[in-house]
Amino acid sequence: MFDVRPVDTDYVRHRAAQFRAQVERRLDGSLTEEEFRPLRLMNGVYLQLHAYMLRIAIPYGTISPDQMRMLAHLAETYDKGYGHWTTRQNIQFNWPKLVEIPDMLDKLASVGMHAIQTSGNTIRNVTTDAFAGAAADEYMDPRPYAELLRSWSTDHAEFQFLPRKFKIAISGAQRDRALVAAHDIGLRLIQKDGQTGFEVWVGGGLGRTPMLGKVIRDFLPEADLLAYIEAIISTYNLSGRRDNKYKARIKITVHERGLDVFKAEVEEEFQNRRRDFHGADREALAIFRDRFAAPAFRNGPTDGYEAERARNGAFRSWTDTNLHPHKVDGYASVIVTFKTHGETPGDASADQMRLLADLAEQYGHDDLRISHDQNVVLPHVHKSDLPAVYAALQKAGLAVANAGLTSDIIACPGMDYCTLATARSIPIAQEIATHFKDAGLEDEIGKLNIRISGCINACGHHHLGHIGILGLDRAGVENYQITLGGDGYDIPAIGERAGAGFPYDQVVPAVDRLLRAYLEVRADASERFIDAYRRLGPAPFKAALYPEPAHA
Amino acid sequence: MSKAFVPTAAKPGVITANDLREGHNLWMCEDGWTADPAQATLFEDEAIADLALLKAVGQSNIVVGPYLVEARRGPNGPEPTHFREAFRQRGPSNYFHGIQTLKQAKQSEASNV
Repeated sequence: MFDVRPVDTDYVRHRAAQFRAQVERRLDGSLTEEEFRPLRLMNGVYLQLHAYMLRIAIPYGTISPDQMRMLAHLAETYDKGYGHWTTRQNIQFNWPKLVEIPDMLDKLASVGMHAIQTSGNTIRNVTTDAFAGAAADEYMDPRPYAELLRSWSTDHAEFQFLPRKFKIAISGAQRDRALVAAHDIGLRLIQKDGQTGFEVWVGGGLGRTPMLGKVIRDFLPEADLLAYIEAIISTYNLSGRRDNKYKARIKITVHERGLDVFKAEVEEEFQNRRRDFHGADREALAIFRDRFAAPAFRNGPTDGYEAERARNGAFRSWTDTNLHPHKVDGYASVIVTFKTHGETPGDASADQMRLLADLAEQYGHDDLRISHDQNVVLPHVHKSDLPAVYAALQKAGLAVANAGLTSDIIACPGMDYCTLATARSIPIAQEIATHFKDAGLEDEIGKLNIRISGCINACGHHHLGHIGILGLDRAGVENYQITLGGDGYDIPAIGERAGAGFPYDQVVPAVDRLLRAYLEVRADASERFIDAYRRLGPAPFKAALYPEPAHA
Repeated sequence: MSKAFVPTAAKPGVITANDLREGHNLWMCEDGWTADPAQATLFEDEAIADLALLKAVGQSNIVVGPYLVEARRGPNGPEPTHFREAFRQRGPSNYFHGIQTLKQAKQSEASNV
């Protein structure tokens, strides 16, 4: 069993007490809103369209059952009974009262959780593969390094006022499931000449100027991780643009100055920084490695699992879509999708959270993950326990066999909650999911990534969707642009805009035409939408989206 | 404080903000602030609206982020002209939460009288 609880609980409690005092000073007028705003943002408190919002960090998406139960308690006590999984493996509560947030932070601190650096121009939550430590194709568990980065970056004095927010992702598997190319810094654990290290990517990001990152170092020995990351961020801290918010991310710095120039500065700074690391990071890493030691896997028969698959078609279908291959024989990782057709992508009720905590304790070696696609993963479940897990999930309406399918949509909160949004995303996702279920086409369409953002900031990762949908405000009316051919995984690609946008009520019919055209042109049932798009190019898909008007 | 919009008799506006302590949406009305947008004061004059907005900014112990936004005169009070404000006045579309619950409570109160 691993221990995800940060060791610095005293610090977290101290920060919660500090925030309580700041809220008191805001309420008694000692602090103006202008003075208070950056303080609340440093603690993950936003003011949204209808209410405050509290974003809580779930470091690299790893959470224990008692922490999950605390989230359930907060949802019921301080919110409206639910929370929302985000695309950066965090959770957001949409309805907290400012006056109650200090109590929420105290309770979070009691289980080693907090909301520090979930906002502001700082290093945000380090994200990774939801199957870390479990995936069959994993070279090495990236979480000890993710924890090293988390503890190093938390309250790092030099990096509290960066030109813009800064996101790091780390992947340790053959298939990148952490979207390394779409982060300010992306790290891939690799091996070279028997030595472990990182392929280091820099300057990726979505938003209004989407860019895939570039490899700044083919191979960085793992011992140099912090010194090199510190060199990159300190170089960016000095040379990143502060005159224009929209040009302040590191992707613009690298793009405008050129990778070679930027890299030369980083390498020079790296030599300086390296001298300041005297082994404390290595000692910490050793502790983190112990903390993330693999659980005591059991060796048992899986006959019951096979028998249930043969007997129960719904169970078979669920195991076909919602399991991920595990590195240990007899085990699987379970994807619990929070994408029930017609429901809000990524929303979890307090009861559902408690069920997941119970299942993790009973069947999952006390381990839970929040995935970037707004689902929850039980990373280590013995196959003989899968029928029981399935039955419990089914009772709670969480056994929907749709992982990776049409309805497994990533959608940001959009204009239903977000003050930056220019259009809604949630109802578009709900309607697409329901439409294709009712049409009976979801299984036939197969693997498909639909990603929806309610504004150009792209929290819904629309650029990485095989089909991306971007909601905009066009002359006071919601309008949706469709992009095609994006991919966050196998061949990272930014989707290309297909053409003119669609009004709200035309989005589902447009996606319907698009997917029916795909079914017509695909080579066979094994050719995914994205593969057909790559083989044929955009023409047949654009023709489906924008049919020629019939001439009278 | 934001003031991108200038109200006129033809294009009036309301002043809206969020409650400091709890976060919910509020509208400036005759005797302070209300959670019912239909009760909001409709401003048709730039100077009067500017003064009211200054007053709102001065009430930072009650509200956060006041701003003036276009509205139209409706049969039951001011109505939003842009969908963003319509969502603020209604609540989210995925759950029956937010202002819409207050409206329902008010209606059920009226029907019980």
